[in-house]
Amino acid sequence: MLILECPCCGVKAEETELAPGGEAHLKRFGPGSSDADFDSYMFARANPKGVHFERWRHANGCGKWFLAARCTATLEVFGTYPAQTTEPPAELQAYIKSRRPEWEGYK
Amino acid sequence: MKRYSMFAVAREGLNYHLGWGRAWRNPAPKKKYDVIIVGAGGHGLATAYYLGKNYGIRNVAIIEKGWLGGGNTGRNTTIIRSNYLQDPSAAIYEKARSLYETLSQDLNYNVMFSPRGLLMLAQTHHEVRGYRRTVYANNLQGVTTEWIGPERVKQIVPIMNIHGPRYPVLGALYQARGGTARHDAVAWGYARACSDMGMDIIQQCEVTGIRQVNGKVTGVDTTKGSIDCDKLGLVVAGHTSVLADMGGFRLPIESLALQALVSEPIKPCMDVVVMANTVHGYMSQSDKGEMVIGGGTDGFNNYTQRGSWHHVEETVRALVETFPMISRLKMLRQWGGIVDMTGDRSPILSKTPLGNCFVNCGWGTGGFKSIPGSGWAMAELMARGEPGPLTEEFSMYRFREGKFIDESVAAGVAH
Ligand SMILES: Cc1cc2nc3c(=O)[nH]c(=O)nc-3n(C[C@H](O)[C@H](O)[C@H](O)COP(=O)(O)OP(=O)(O)OC[C@H]3O[C@@H](n4cnc5c(N)ncnc54)[C@H](O)[C@@H]3O)c2cc1C
Ligand SMILES: [Zn+2]
Repeated sequence: MLILECPCCGVKAEETELAPGGEAHLKRFGPGSSDADFDSYMFARANPKGVHFERWRHANGCGKWFLAARCTATLEVFGTYPAQTTEPPAELQAYIKSRRPEWEGYK
Repeated sequence: MKRYSMFAVAREGLNYHLGWGRAWRNPAPKKKYDVIIVGAGGHGLATAYYLGKNYGIRNVAIIEKGWLGGGNTGRNTTIIRSNYLQDPSAAIYEKARSLYETLSQDLNYNVMFSPRGLLMLAQTHHEVRGYRRTVYANNLQGVTTEWIGPERVKQIVPIMNIHGPRYPVLGALYQARGGTARHDAVAWGYARACSDMGMDIIQQCEVTGIRQVNGKVTGVDTTKGSIDCDKLGLVVAGHTSVLADMGGFRLPIESLALQALVSEPIKPCMDVVVMANTVHGYMSQSDKGEMVIGGGTDGFNNYTQRGSWHHVEETVRALVETFPMISRLKMLRQWGGIVDMTGDRSPILSKTPLGNCFVNCGWGTGGFKSIPGSGWAMAELMARGEPGPLTEEFSMYRFREGKFIDESVAAGVAH
């Protein structure tokens, strides 16, 4: 069972309380961008086997969006952090690196 | 390869059945093949088979990291149907369903295709409208389906409670020639036929890298060394994004866990397949008597072949309302597979940004039924190097062009 701590309200929420929102930190390409950029932003996904940064909403709780770092190969949760960030916090990246030395790092 | 027949059974019987031999060889990889297929699931094996059978391309290796048929092909609930909404889907799924009709004879291997009939229950008014529309679409596509009312549903499936109250049965989309087949046998039958054509199925061998020169594929790195090839087919379902990453491109695919479970065996009580899409529950009875049940997918990326418990609970809770008698059944086993989901719930059979590298993926929760048709179409794509009539709509570039093949409206989940 997946349990994530909501950084907005501090509740340790079990997955039925949460709504998954897919890959985090996507850079938005809107009108005026090239087809390839739009295609890549809108549809293509990294979908890695390993470290994954993703969006979640505390749907049946405080209702707010937040981000999480998780391993898709083991379901280990590395941590959660506020949605108002453009990349994972440095401490979290360092922690992931300590747990997964072979991880190539956030790109 | 020994042909299987009644006479063969009698002949081998005289020899205490010691002379059958292995169904496929277990070769060491050669240095180079014309074609390498990554993934010995149903789709990979069928692709290889039709490359050999339809195009005479037999210098082929199928590379599998585990054992053949050990991925989703050996983990699914074996539902076969072709009652899709969009024309390109109907074409490839009906091609597959019709190939299933004679697959046992073609492969000389009993895949136990059982066209016992399939009902997709309408339990909301929205579904009634949706399925009636599908029936009209199917009639135009040449796929035989009909809309039936609740009394007929009750006649066909006496163990069903059609009155609700929570999930009343308002009718069903009925495909009389839909059904099931033995999943392992489909993989084994194709594997045996491929091996017999001289193809090498290399198991316990993981592809770890894709080699390329000037934007064209030249071979793969594996845990058994590197192997060269002229053409490469990636047919690895849930691991597609991992292989695409090795090839240097990204796809509109997310890997999710989908679960199934089976009950203890009971006497025959239901001789059709029933799908209840509103509640994400599917049920059929296996030849051994087990009730085979499939559920919904998890919502988050996952490669662990383990799904979330609450999905099992939701599926069973809903099915118990529609089939009250199963409330007393004990469930024996539960498992998961990693399904490769696209945004429009339709597959990708396509050229890729990497030259001579082709991909067959995105079958998601519903690609067992399509194995023969997908292999047929993928073989055409790989042999000619260009898409044919069955594959041209399924390009990975359709998303960019906005040419979705939207099946997610036709069936919330598509087994
Ligand atoms: C629980 C469940 C129920 C389902 N129910 C139905 C149903 O009722 N009807 C239906 O039509 N479909 C159903 N499906 C979907 C169906 O099972 C799949 O779409 C289909 O089996 C996919 O076949 P495949 O050959 O593409 O993939 P797989 O059978 O998964 O084969 C892919 C193979 O690639 C191998 N591989 C991966 N990475 C590598 C690598 N790096 N190197 C070498 N090999 C690699 C894997 O080990 C695997 O054996 C269900 C799926 C699940 C999980
Ligand atoms: Zn919260």
